[in-house]
Amino acid sequence: MTTGTIFNIMRFAVNDGPGIRTTVFLKGCPLACTWCHNPEGLHPAMEVAYRPDRCAHCGACIEACPEHALADAPEGVERAVDLCVSCGTCAGACVTDARELMGREITVAELMKEVLKDRVFYDESGGGVTFSGGEPLLQYDFLTGALAACRKADVHTAVETTGFTSWERLSALIPFTRLFLYDLKVMDAERHRQFTGVSNLRILENLRALAATRAPVTVRVPLVPGVNDDEENIRAVARFVADLGTVPPVHLLPFHAGASGKYHALGMAYAMEDLRSPSQERVQSLASIFTAHGIAVHIGG
Amino acid sequence: MTERLRALREQSVSIQPYLSAERALLVTEASRVSGVHSAPVARAMIFAHVLEHKAICINDGELIVGERGPAPRATPTYPEICCHSMQDLEILHTRPKIPYAVSEEVRAAYRDTLIPFWRGRTIREKLFTEMTPAWHAAYEAGIFTEFMEQRAPGHTVLDKKIYHRGMLETIREIDRTIAGLDFLGDPSAYAKQEELRGMRIAAAAVIRYAERHAEVLEAHAAACTDPVRKQEMTHVAAVCRRVPAHAPATFHEALQMYWFIHLGVVTELNPWDSFNPGRLDQHLLPFYLAETQQGTLTDDAARELLGCLWVKFSNQPAPPKVGVTAAESATYTDFANINCGGLRTDGSDGVNEVTYLVLDVIDEMRLVQPSSNIQVSRKNPDAFIKRALHIIRKGWGQPSIFNADTVIEEMLRQGKSIEDARDGGTSGCVETGAFGKESYILTGYFNFPKVFEITLHGGVDPRTGAMIGAPTGDPRTFTTMDELVAAYRTQLRHFIDIKLRGNNVIERLYAVYVPTPFLSILIDDCIARGKDYADGGARYNTNYIQGVGIGTLADCFAAISAHVFGDRSVSMDELLASLTDDFAGHDRLRGLLLNRSPKYGNDDERADAFMREGFEIFYDAVNGRPNTKGGVYRIQMLPTTCHVYFGSVTGALPDGRRAGVPLSEGISPVQGADRNGPTAVLRSAAKMDHVRTGGTLLNQKFTPELVEGEKGIDHLTRLVRSYFTMGGHHIQFNIVDAATLRRAQEHPAEHRDLIVRVAGYSDYFCDLGKALQDEIIERTEHQSF
Repeated sequence: MTTGTIFNIMRFAVNDGPGIRTTVFLKGCPLACTWCHNPEGLHPAMEVAYRPDRCAHCGACIEACPEHALADAPEGVERAVDLCVSCGTCAGACVTDARELMGREITVAELMKEVLKDRVFYDESGGGVTFSGGEPLLQYDFLTGALAACRKADVHTAVETTGFTSWERLSALIPFTRLFLYDLKVMDAERHRQFTGVSNLRILENLRALAATRAPVTVRVPLVPGVNDDEENIRAVARFVADLGTVPPVHLLPFHAGASGKYHALGMAYAMEDLRSPSQERVQSLASIFTAHGIAVHIGG
Repeated sequence: MTERLRALREQSVSIQPYLSAERALLVTEASRVSGVHSAPVARAMIFAHVLEHKAICINDGELIVGERGPAPRATPTYPEICCHSMQDLEILHTRPKIPYAVSEEVRAAYRDTLIPFWRGRTIREKLFTEMTPAWHAAYEAGIFTEFMEQRAPGHTVLDKKIYHRGMLETIREIDRTIAGLDFLGDPSAYAKQEELRGMRIAAAAVIRYAERHAEVLEAHAAACTDPVRKQEMTHVAAVCRRVPAHAPATFHEALQMYWFIHLGVVTELNPWDSFNPGRLDQHLLPFYLAETQQGTLTDDAARELLGCLWVKFSNQPAPPKVGVTAAESATYTDFANINCGGLRTDGSDGVNEVTYLVLDVIDEMRLVQPSSNIQVSRKNPDAFIKRALHIIRKGWGQPSIFNADTVIEEMLRQGKSIEDARDGGTSGCVETGAFGKESYILTGYFNFPKVFEITLHGGVDPRTGAMIGAPTGDPRTFTTMDELVAAYRTQLRHFIDIKLRGNNVIERLYAVYVPTPFLSILIDDCIARGKDYADGGARYNTNYIQGVGIGTLADCFAAISAHVFGDRSVSMDELLASLTDDFAGHDRLRGLLLNRSPKYGNDDERADAFMREGFEIFYDAVNGRPNTKGGVYRIQMLPTTCHVYFGSVTGALPDGRRAGVPLSEGISPVQGADRNGPTAVLRSAAKMDHVRTGGTLLNQKFTPELVEGEKGIDHLTRLVRSYFTMGGHHIQFNIVDAATLRRAQEHPAEHRDLIVRVAGYSDYFCDLGKALQDEIIERTEHQSF
């Protein structure tokens, strides 16, 4: 049975495609966007998050850890990174949810059982299941297995992707995917590499090719102040989208500093700690660039 | 809102409610009259005496006239049911929340006249005397409450008959029925004649009451120098000359007809909860269509008249309680709950032009009374739900939303005709009824978790140490979950039997001593049967017990199943010790119970299956058992605010709940226990078989941001439709404000189910960092709908 590693199943997701949906977050991403709001989706392996504000200092995790990687400290429980193997035993012993294992292995059959619970809501609202991440294509076999199972169950499917994959893999999804939510971040190749760690060459090529197949696509553009919200970049995005054979709608997703807590819990540094959301006026003015190019633009998911 | 409505509304909401001794004194005066009278005739004579002598109040600018008391917000009392003590009056006057001012004059009336006369004669005193020691023990332990200890059995709603038949026609029908009585063959002929005579007196009394309004209006009009108001008062006087004697001919007359009938019902006695016009949009449609066609009524005029009726409801605070509950009871609301939408008698879509006018008025008047709801059938258009959701989104809790198709199905299951079911709806909080044809009495809330607590102690109430339950044994000797469930079943049955025995006595007290001939005129088939509403005269006679705390109960079962009988990580002995200690020194065990146990409301079968089990046990113990009126008992799942009181008498529980904390409310999950979002809650709640109840109550909390824009309205509409597709009975959306968010920030553990829209996605509020929480609070505050 094909298994995958996911880090969340979010029900009543209303911003990841049409209707009321369940979004499945697959763990692992080839990009490392500085603003990423799902840091727990970056690494393919399991991780243990720790929230000291929930910690009762009961010592159960310290006692439970088979690697002796934990020790009590004034600010909470300290973890010896070199000893920890992210087995999650500590999270199992924690009764206050201070320690949480990020990631869980799941088979396609188990996943389907979960997502089909909300079928009545999909049917009633024209919703379905969205696969997000991380980059869902990184777990290609699991993703295609789950998509095929959804199609068999007659559930609408959407895939949110960075586009950073091979055309072979991306195009193989087309028969099972009713909607692609395709992220476009930065048009300048060098800046793209600077802020995401990879080149955008394949991403742009894949989007061109995908649009050419007339597969339904929505382009999603995060608006991150100082990274990609300059008019030059937005104009370049608009020009690129307008030149695609069938012009997809564009959704603008203004940056929000909501992920800070998760970075801290994972012991990761967050580069965008003090970044403010773009103002409504700014977002509106950027949206009008798309309108001027004859592109249907929507603010929010 | 028109200037007239603004002024009337302002008057209504700005007056501090106060007690009036007018009715109490008139009833006392009439009760001193000697003579040999049957109970229905005596009650009708008292009723007629009150209506003949109570003050007539005409407020400036009003188009619908009549007050329950001598003036707006003057609240009458009902000493024949329960008589306030001087101490009660003082509590009412001084309590910080929901006070009723009590003047020196009213206190004097109580001290000198009312208390001396009624001491030893009230139904409340009689009721407590008649109850068994077992009943008293269970009542005092907080196992159940008793609705009729201070209010008369009521809970009924009107159908369309009053819009087609005036009181004169009703009197002719009563006369024909009396003439047709079979004194040779029917041993109850005399009893029927007395009941019908009472009805006749009551019908005539209400006609006279309306005429008295006409007389005062005519006198005011004659003296009025403002030609516009003079003309208005003359017109309203003419309306009062016509209704309720005759059937109404206009929209205006129809509303005034209803209001006189309403005043009659709530003056005769203080029937519990909810008396209201029911399906108002259906009743008013013929008048609206005829008059708009003739050009004698505009939408604005119709809205203004409806607004005038709304103010009337708002002018009548609920009669205040007596005894210990006087200090606790915290609402002026009398639970009049107006229905709109649903189906027509013939099964077609009932949403019409008046439906939208009524929704406009609900929106514009924004009054706590009357309450309002929409009855949503699959045949109704989405536009109807969306119009209501636009009001709901404003966050003041109205209207609530019902599944008309399930409501109808509930009534069909109970054996009602399809027409009577379609003409019915819901009232009070969520209670299903065949409007105009049913006496559906709520008899009391029932505390599931307390019964569970007593089960854990083998029949002993740990709060008092008294053995008040069935001897179901020491749970430490149980080796399987089934044994525990069986013990709970025995225990619940034990207390239900005590409750039912009491109910069947209380019901007779009202039937024998305080019949309600006026209310009986209004409910089919009391006239035809010559029987009182309180004595089985209605076509359908249902008694209900309201189950409280099903979520808490399910979580208790689930936690024990998981840890005591499942992985055996906790012994029953250890668990019971932690409950006795209210978890002091048992933090780790409590964490396990709270955070590592299945919880109802997450679409998790390990907990939801116990919800169903608890439901079935309650259903089996109650459903179908006979009452004294030819009807049967059935169940409802609603708490009003009783989950707070019940929580206060219930100790620490195996779901991790500390002693004294409120129980779960309605069929909602335990506060903060649902962590998988609204669809999971709805799925869990829909696993209950709603059709076998007479109403369930589900509350859902949202922040304004989650429901903003047309998209937000769309999603809510789809949630509602989905829940109703699954057979849910009722849902109410609480749109929470910034103040709630602030409390959530201070006390996150109690608000872990609170979902907020962050930016393009949604998350649990308590999972967000403080800065972001602050920002959302700020945003929520600046949200303007």
